[in-house]
Amino acid sequence: MSEQAAYRPGELEAEAQAADNRSRWMLALPAVVIITLAAAGPLMVMVVYSFLTPGDYGNVVWKFSLEGWMNTLVQRDIFDDTLIWADAHLSIFWRSFSLSLITTVLTLIFGVPTAWFIATQPPGKREFWLFLITVPFWTNLLVRTIAIQELLRSEGVINLVLLKLGIIDAPIQMMFTNFAIGFGMTYVYLPLMVLPVYAAVDKLDFRLVEAAHDLYAGRWTAFRRVILPLIKPGIIAGSILVFIPSLGAYVTPRVLGGGKNLMFGNLIELQFGQGRNWPLGAALSLMLMAAVMIALMWYVRVTSREQSDG
Amino acid sequence: MIEIDKVTKTFGAGDVAFTALRDVSVTIRENEFFTLLGPSGCGKTTLLRLIAGFEPPTIGAIRLSGRDITRLPPNQRPVNTVFQNYALFPHMSVAGNIAFGLEMLGKPKDEIAKTVDEMLRLVRMEELKHRKTSEISGGQQQRVALARALAPHPEVLLLDEPLSALDLKLRKEMQIELKRLQSETGITFVFVTHDQEEALTMSDRIAVMSGGRILQIGNPREIYERPSERFVANFIGESNFLNGQLSAGSVTLEAGGTFTVQPPQGVADGKVSVLIRPEHVTVAGTGAEGAALTATVENVVYSGEATVAHLKLKTGEAIKARASNLPGASGLLETGAQVGVSVAPGAVTVLVD
Repeated sequence: MSEQAAYRPGELEAEAQAADNRSRWMLALPAVVIITLAAAGPLMVMVVYSFLTPGDYGNVVWKFSLEGWMNTLVQRDIFDDTLIWADAHLSIFWRSFSLSLITTVLTLIFGVPTAWFIATQPPGKREFWLFLITVPFWTNLLVRTIAIQELLRSEGVINLVLLKLGIIDAPIQMMFTNFAIGFGMTYVYLPLMVLPVYAAVDKLDFRLVEAAHDLYAGRWTAFRRVILPLIKPGIIAGSILVFIPSLGAYVTPRVLGGGKNLMFGNLIELQFGQGRNWPLGAALSLMLMAAVMIALMWYVRVTSREQSDG
Repeated sequence: MIEIDKVTKTFGAGDVAFTALRDVSVTIRENEFFTLLGPSGCGKTTLLRLIAGFEPPTIGAIRLSGRDITRLPPNQRPVNTVFQNYALFPHMSVAGNIAFGLEMLGKPKDEIAKTVDEMLRLVRMEELKHRKTSEISGGQQQRVALARALAPHPEVLLLDEPLSALDLKLRKEMQIELKRLQSETGITFVFVTHDQEEALTMSDRIAVMSGGRILQIGNPREIYERPSERFVANFIGESNFLNGQLSAGSVTLEAGGTFTVQPPQGVADGKVSVLIRPEHVTVAGTGAEGAALTATVENVVYSGEATVAHLKLKTGEAIKARASNLPGASGLLETGAQVGVSVAPGAVTVLVD
């Protein structure tokens, strides 16, 4: 009887639970350390730097200042010191945003049919097509971008062919335009759209499409009412995977857009390089991150709301 | 009325070509519960898909109420399908699924709402109207699939082994339910199954298929009692096959005994195979009156409502005798005993081999 009295209900269980928690934390420790050092740490450095004063030769001076953040949107007029909108920055923001959006739409237009084509091949052939999709990843991005330059430049393949065929009289200026950047980014990010959409189409039960046709749905209605809602997770994932890196793209706009058509990534690089304005660079980076997060939250929210309506 | 006119369906080409249907012709009548019965790979599902319009026939024509629908896409045929795995739209509610066909037909909203409620009542699912299809049981999904296919009131309802995923008890319930729905709606049902018992209990007529051909078409009684071929006899119910000699309307079995028969067309006098169902075979004592044959008891199997005696005739042929168990009857046969065997009058069927 006394032994039973000594036992308090739940005590042993609570102890076991605590031990279990400890061992889970121990297992997670390496990951926690890496995330802290590699992600949260640098981020904190950026936050701190964005509130400091730029040094003369780059780096920062340890003196609090809001100039970095202010300079993201406004600048002082050289002559009368009044604050005016930083038009150059605003046009870069706009170019980044619109080009990223166009890139996402273009990768959707080309990527969804491609993914559909691959997913509807016989199983043996799918690996071959997926292999082709992943081949570009084996080559350095810079090399691939320069290859695109070879296509687009005035003496490049496209212009030469068009001139030879007599379709044009003088080479078309394609390099260093927004078109070149959009073209390059669509090429670079297309696999990031194809792969998640492929995974979604691959999971799609084609009997549901038959059922839709059986219930008097034509091709387009069956696509809109049955296929699209079911492959939407893949389309959302693909759009996120394309839009976010597009917004911060650096190599492609640098090589294909030249010095004039800067995008967000190039602007940030400029502040840490020639611009020697690290606080502004840090503030711009954080701004980009915030913009991405807001866009992401909005997108997920809108698309998931539509889903529950269906 | 559906007319399948000399339809052949071949998949692939060259070395990998596979002929799923060979010169199939059948007429399915209005308001009929018509069953396509056969083992897997016999072509029954292919024939159903041809009627639905998912595949075009390689050769031949399909007519619905006199209209040629051979090349019509599925969304233009007044035919709906209950799929084997139901194929319910997972992103829609129960009501959304049922309303889909009506919406596609462009019916007005209030009429759709009315029909959906009517269908839910018909399949007794009113209280689950707003559930997701993933949140209901297999039997309930089955009912939704039925309601969805019936809602546009098609001329023909195609059912592709709709009961195969259900457990035995639920399956029996749904068999009765399907018969009720068919008589209440007056729609022609074309039902595909490999379950011979299901086919016999539910159908007005059955087409037995094998190797892409229809072997026999008839009502359940004809199919069971007068199968034309050994395959049909073997596929449906238990069978005894014996060899005999046919001459002038009667068969003399090799094992002994002469029986009056109605030989099918195209069978000439001479050596034939005959079918005798086990329940038409009775075991009597040795030398009993009327016993045409004698046999040795090999094995006796008790299965609750019946006892099956496995016997060996003097020719070495095996024959089974099935007897219903009466209350209090002990009479188990002893293995190795010599017994007389009698066959019910009219129970001998000559097969076309």
